[in-house]
Amino acid sequence: MNWPHKDLIGIADLAAGEIETILDMTPSFKEISQRDIKKVPTLRGKTVVLLFYEASTRTRLSFEIAAKRLSADTVAISQSGSSFEKGETMLDAAKNIMAMNPDCIVIRYPYAGTVARLARIMPCSVLNAGDGFHEHPTQALLDMYSMREHFGTLTGLHVVMVGDIRHSRVARSNAYGLTKMGARVTLVAPQTLLPPGVASWGVEVSTAFDPVIPSADVIMMLRVQKERIAEHLFSGDREYASFYGLNQQRMQRMKKHAVIMHPGPMNRGVEINHDTADSPRAIILNQVENGVAIRMTLLYLCLGGSNVD
Amino acid sequence: MWIKGARILDPASGLDSPGDLLIEKGHIAGIYPGGHNDAHQQNAIDARGLWAMPGLVDMHVHLRDPGYEYKEDLYTGSLAAAAGGVTTVLAMANTNPVNDNPSVTQYIVERVKEIGLIRILPAGAVTKGLRGKELSEMGLMKIAGIVAVSDDGRPIESASMMRRALEYAATFGLPLIVHCQDLSLSGKGVMHESALSSSLGLLGIPRLAEDVMVARDLTICEDLKIPLHITHVSSRNSLAIIRHARERGVRVTCDATPHNLLLTEARVADYDTNAKMYPPLREESDRMALIHGLSAGIIDCIASDHAPHAYDEKDLDFDLAPFGTLGLQTLLPALLKLHYDHKLDLLKLIATATVNPARILGVEAGHLSVGGPADIALVNPEALWTLTEDVIRSKSKNSAFLGLQFKGRVAYTICQGRIVYQG
Repeated sequence: MNWPHKDLIGIADLAAGEIETILDMTPSFKEISQRDIKKVPTLRGKTVVLLFYEASTRTRLSFEIAAKRLSADTVAISQSGSSFEKGETMLDAAKNIMAMNPDCIVIRYPYAGTVARLARIMPCSVLNAGDGFHEHPTQALLDMYSMREHFGTLTGLHVVMVGDIRHSRVARSNAYGLTKMGARVTLVAPQTLLPPGVASWGVEVSTAFDPVIPSADVIMMLRVQKERIAEHLFSGDREYASFYGLNQQRMQRMKKHAVIMHPGPMNRGVEINHDTADSPRAIILNQVENGVAIRMTLLYLCLGGSNVD
Repeated sequence: MWIKGARILDPASGLDSPGDLLIEKGHIAGIYPGGHNDAHQQNAIDARGLWAMPGLVDMHVHLRDPGYEYKEDLYTGSLAAAAGGVTTVLAMANTNPVNDNPSVTQYIVERVKEIGLIRILPAGAVTKGLRGKELSEMGLMKIAGIVAVSDDGRPIESASMMRRALEYAATFGLPLIVHCQDLSLSGKGVMHESALSSSLGLLGIPRLAEDVMVARDLTICEDLKIPLHITHVSSRNSLAIIRHARERGVRVTCDATPHNLLLTEARVADYDTNAKMYPPLREESDRMALIHGLSAGIIDCIASDHAPHAYDEKDLDFDLAPFGTLGLQTLLPALLKLHYDHKLDLLKLIATATVNPARILGVEAGHLSVGGPADIALVNPEALWTLTEDVIRSKSKNSAFLGLQFKGRVAYTICQGRIVYQG
């Protein structure tokens, strides 16, 4: 496999054919996780550093498990207890890590742009695990994989994403990827939580959730943070849940085969309820399972491992 | 000293003619369109092929001295100005301590005298500590040497303070320069709010943050009938508000920066923190509106908003880096670029950085006239050059124009009859 990218910074940088390649390769990696002995020697001798400067459970664990199942050595560094707390800049921290010669750095970072900058100066692979409000490419790939696994194709699927689109890197990465793959994307949020210039993303936009529910194949709920109340972006949980929450009544208006997704972590009782999050329509845990497989694929592609056995 | 054979360009008198200039004792002793036969050859600058214009007046610079000398000081700022053909600057008050009292003003005035390169005129703060709560000692500072007041870097948040500040500044005959920014609207924004900011994942600064303050300040200015100068206009909508006010006879003047006139938000696309400034680089439609405003005379001045920041401060995440770009050395080249690229009238353009700001500030500079100060920039209009860090005379190197090619380069800068720069 001749993969042209050293790094993965955003879905915006990938061509449709490349997304296709990633999705096509992933089942063979998913199969590894279903074995009794969940480990292959593909990345033996490779070092993967997980640099998480922002809270994360799912993504960090997912990357770590993915790397370990490919036999890479992993080292995880988190914000607390790191030199970041002592005022060291990301650039210096990264240069120091670089001096120890890892093969890949997986970075989650609170500010947009810095991961791309590091990728330009680092000889090793840099995988973006979420940078500010910019992109979260592995999340979008696992979401697209989960949709394709369920529906067989992405072409023509109607994917509705609901929530704080303005501040969501997941929404950005998914919107870029899904539109490239021929899906129809509708973003739903109150005007205040829509990003400026969203029309240029090639998506549809609606401030009302209810009218788009009957035509959706996928409804992806995004987390809404309480700090947006103080930023004058919405009034509070009660009103939000009433207009944008996925509850039992709304779920009943979905197409028979339509599914519910959420990138996590969920705010139960706000954008989603127990009766929708835990319903048979929810493929939220499949997303998590597929996350490991997608990240194995990406580590394999970017680190140029030996053949999968 | 003679300057022989230059194309003399003086917007104040409308002169555009080849000729000779005679300088004596720091003043212009003779202007000879067509040349002067008796001009003897000793002590003469052969200026054939060069343009001679008044030394530029940059009415918006930050020289960081006192307090932030690691970014720039009065000496390095003078070197940068001289290298840019700038002979008069207005130094903003956001130093440490803030120039809100006559002691700080005196320090600046005395230090500038010691350096003796270019004319640095201090601006005093409008409010103590730029905090917007109490008026500064404008009258005492005027005696010490300030020529204008501004809280630049910060808006005057309270409308009541804005009203009283205009009245109080007028009492002492000091022009007031406002930086229009509604902090609640600019919020945590770091670049222009647009589709690009959304895709880059950076929080935006909407035009509204400027527009609502421009509208408020013009309302106050119109009511009081006291002149007001609005600095670094960046939004096409603000410009329309200013145009309408001017049409009603409101006594407002304004300036725009070279970077807002030449660059757009696209410059931010690779997260280069040198392109992070306030107000932000905006869209092509804003840029074209500014250029139109310039040719229509709505924008009176071009001022650089020279804002040095140390390398380590700018070498941070885009969200965390400070706002600001250098500008002193690129002001004149930018004027020429506007002339070459947009066919703007050369004399009108030169006026925006010479006689116009000098008149607004009420200072004796920015024109070529017999008996007037011998502040002259001699420019090679054909020289092609690229801005690199080596060329920059400032202590800091944070220019949004790095890598850009200019046509037209300063050959000599003369301030009060002395050659302060030779290219």
